[in-house]
Amino acid sequence: MRSRRALAGAAAGLAAGLALLAAAAAPRHQQPATQADDEGRRVYDKWCAGCHGEDGRGDGPGAGPVLPKPRDFTRALYQVRTTATGEIPTDADIRHVVDEGMPGTSMPAWKTTLSGGEREAVVRYLKSFSSAFATAPTALRFGRNPGGGRAAVDSGGALYRRIECWKCHGEAGRGDGRSAPTLKDDFGNPIRATDLTQNWTFNGGASVEDIYRVLRTGLDGTPMPSFSDLIEGNIITDDDLWRVATYVRSLSPEEPPRVRDVVSAARIEGSLPAGPDDSAWARADGYYFPLVGQVIVKPRWFAPTVSGVWVQALHNGQALALRVTWHDPSQSPDTSWNVWRGRITRSMTSDDSVPADTTSPLPDRLAVQFPARVPRGMERPYFLMGSAEQPVYLWQWESEPRAAAEGLARGVGQFEPLAGAADTLASAAVYDHGEWRVQLVRALATADSANQLQFVPGRAIPMAIFAWDGSNGETGTRMSVGSWVAIYLGEPARAGTYLWPLLAMLSTGGLGLVVIVRAQRSAGSSKQPSDTADSEAV
Amino acid sequence: MSGWRRASAKIAFGAWVVAAGCGKGGESGGAEGGAAAAATAFPVDTTTAATITGRIAFTGTKPAMQRIDMSEEATCAQKHPDGAFTESVVVNDDGTLRNVFIYVKSGLPANLTFPVPSAPVEIDQDGCVYLPHVFGIQVGQTLSIRNSDGLLHNIKAVPTTNRPFNISQPMNMTTARTFASSEIMVPLQCNVHSWMSAFVGVLPHPYFSVSGADGAFRIGRLPPGTYEIEAWHERLGPQTQTVTVGASETKDVAFTFRGS
Ligand code: HEC
Ligand code: HEC
Repeated sequence: MRSRRALAGAAAGLAAGLALLAAAAAPRHQQPATQADDEGRRVYDKWCAGCHGEDGRGDGPGAGPVLPKPRDFTRALYQVRTTATGEIPTDADIRHVVDEGMPGTSMPAWKTTLSGGEREAVVRYLKSFSSAFATAPTALRFGRNPGGGRAAVDSGGALYRRIECWKCHGEAGRGDGRSAPTLKDDFGNPIRATDLTQNWTFNGGASVEDIYRVLRTGLDGTPMPSFSDLIEGNIITDDDLWRVATYVRSLSPEEPPRVRDVVSAARIEGSLPAGPDDSAWARADGYYFPLVGQVIVKPRWFAPTVSGVWVQALHNGQALALRVTWHDPSQSPDTSWNVWRGRITRSMTSDDSVPADTTSPLPDRLAVQFPARVPRGMERPYFLMGSAEQPVYLWQWESEPRAAAEGLARGVGQFEPLAGAADTLASAAVYDHGEWRVQLVRALATADSANQLQFVPGRAIPMAIFAWDGSNGETGTRMSVGSWVAIYLGEPARAGTYLWPLLAMLSTGGLGLVVIVRAQRSAGSSKQPSDTADSEAV
Repeated sequence: MSGWRRASAKIAFGAWVVAAGCGKGGESGGAEGGAAAAATAFPVDTTTAATITGRIAFTGTKPAMQRIDMSEEATCAQKHPDGAFTESVVVNDDGTLRNVFIYVKSGLPANLTFPVPSAPVEIDQDGCVYLPHVFGIQVGQTLSIRNSDGLLHNIKAVPTTNRPFNISQPMNMTTARTFASSEIMVPLQCNVHSWMSAFVGVLPHPYFSVSGADGAFRIGRLPPGTYEIEAWHERLGPQTQTVTVGASETKDVAFTFRGS
């Protein structure tokens, strides 16, 4: 399961750092406890208090700028439950979430770090933070998945529309429903309507069973409601709700996308695709790259919108075409997201000395970064937009005014457009139900070889991608960043062995984004989730 | 069942409750007696009971009502031909303040326990607003939640002492919930329509009232005694007064809220 690990690594890189910091800073818990709680308290103070706070109020030193914030246990609001909305969870429910963690958040999985006994003890200890646990919870009775294949997906989809999940989650499930900008949790923090096409980020788990459970119980403390009353009121059947869950599951790929190191740009004959929705793209391999918030340079950014991009590439010996696809629930600038932007800025400012601007319209942005020239050996410019000594060459696309520009950067936020070079980079973009699809095309060779990278087939060329969501207040260093990967422009005849030197070259440090280099026979392919599920076991 | 109904009807007829003037949303004191009467009889001698009445005055500048943009929900917008307005501060034409929750905060003899009325308290989601906007309920009394809009609402209770709930109602339907302990006030909200908001006061007794279209309230069937009466408003804060009522006495109490 390399892919899962790599993805989890990307998402949890930050979390791990915070956890360490937190563990080091955790003071001793002062609350009196029974002897049976001693073990639980010891585990809690050591491993949990840094985020959740020594008194369980969710205010540990590691809690600062992350979203969602660590849970305040004193209110006994638990998301992952088998009990009705508003009910406390069972011990097994809490144990489950402690074991598995909460994907899509900084809450780590503990089953490999802590022994079974330690986890059991810490569950008991968590309950001592609230008197709500004085009563015993009753688990709901869940029916069995009736199955039903494609027909179940279709009727589940019809129900998804009829019971109006789309008002929050969007018609295509990408978290872009019209109520999405207004959503906040019970603690007043802005909260995303989950992108249902990325089940590896579901807090309560990725399977049909997990999704069904969430539909029955809701996620307490968040806007996600329970749909159990529809069954109790005989308005829909239990099987209907299973079908909705089956439909939601079908929106994500079989397996989470595999993280790759190399984008292979196949050589084609004739003209390149005319735009991002040209059918030629359907035949090109897709590569997924996770992005994380930029947390190296201040102002840092812990609540990025874009958590990953899919990249496809084709060339015809004359020019290179890139198609970058990513999910962003807003087409910025969009004033209906101003509420969101205000809230996110208020919840995140604690970290920054630089106050965020909440009013001026900001576009969505994408940057594709290359070194200024194809490197000879292993060295590459600093991944975060280069340095004074070693600049990077960037393609920067913006949603408003919709255009792309080439430039050089000597450090983060230091983009200098290349004068007169605007003509060599062509762009076209489509925004569709929470998804951007952007095509960028440039000639392999250009006149200004001093400033513009000259693409050569048969060589691995470092490449990195950054993204900004204007409606999330992202601009400058408040952005999503990816590490160096590589793009390889195929040659018509040769195949196979070229990857070895390339793989040796790839090893990326910096942002805790773990790209595990693996000796692959070929660059292989992983289609975008919306196309075909990639179920290759790794 | 019909026996129950009749019993509760009779008690309601006992004429103690009905708030002096309630608008569509403004409502009266809670206890309509009821079924649980079989288990617990109403513990106050109604022949000597006292009543507290009054009006909620408003001074200062009457705030402009904010128009709600319901354009995203045509079905609801159509139910408000003259537009819909937020209800956070509603000043009546006669200068009184609507939607103030008035209740007995303290002073009741500790040994009194009150029957839970069998009749539910109803809240409706109609035209993408809550009706009523402010109301009271007794601990354990059924809250009947209706969706008359036929489109998706989720109703979410965000209490601090009670347990929460978050129920989805995507079509015309009614569901029921109860609150287990006293709480002033439990906010109710819809996350699909961020402008929807209501507040429910949960009490272990029936001594509460909500100021309606004429700003009046009435709390009846009180045992004679000295009470701390609180008037709660969502924006303009709570106020309290101490009031002493003798046997069969009706006392008028005035509260004044100041706008900015
Ligand atoms: C790196 C910070 C971090 C650490 C360390 C951490 N947590 Fe969490 N935890 C979180 C965050 C963030 C959430 C809330 C996620 C959300 O709301 O979606 C959370 C939520 C939870 C929940 C709520 C689950 C639910 O169903 O809602 C439990 C239980 C929990 N953590 C237990 C623990 C325990 C036990 C430990 C220590 C062994 C621990 N956590 C350590 C960050 C952390
Ligand atoms: C009022 C808005 C709203 C509605 C309506 C709504 N959701 Fe959600 N949903 C949310 C929010 C907000 C979250 C994210 C909660 C979090 O991150 O903790 C969520 C999370 C989810 C998740 C992820 C669960 C997890 O484990 O993290 C799934 C799956 C989901 N919703 C499915 C649905 C389906 C299916 C429907 C309709 C039957 C629906 N939702 C209706 C707001 C809504």
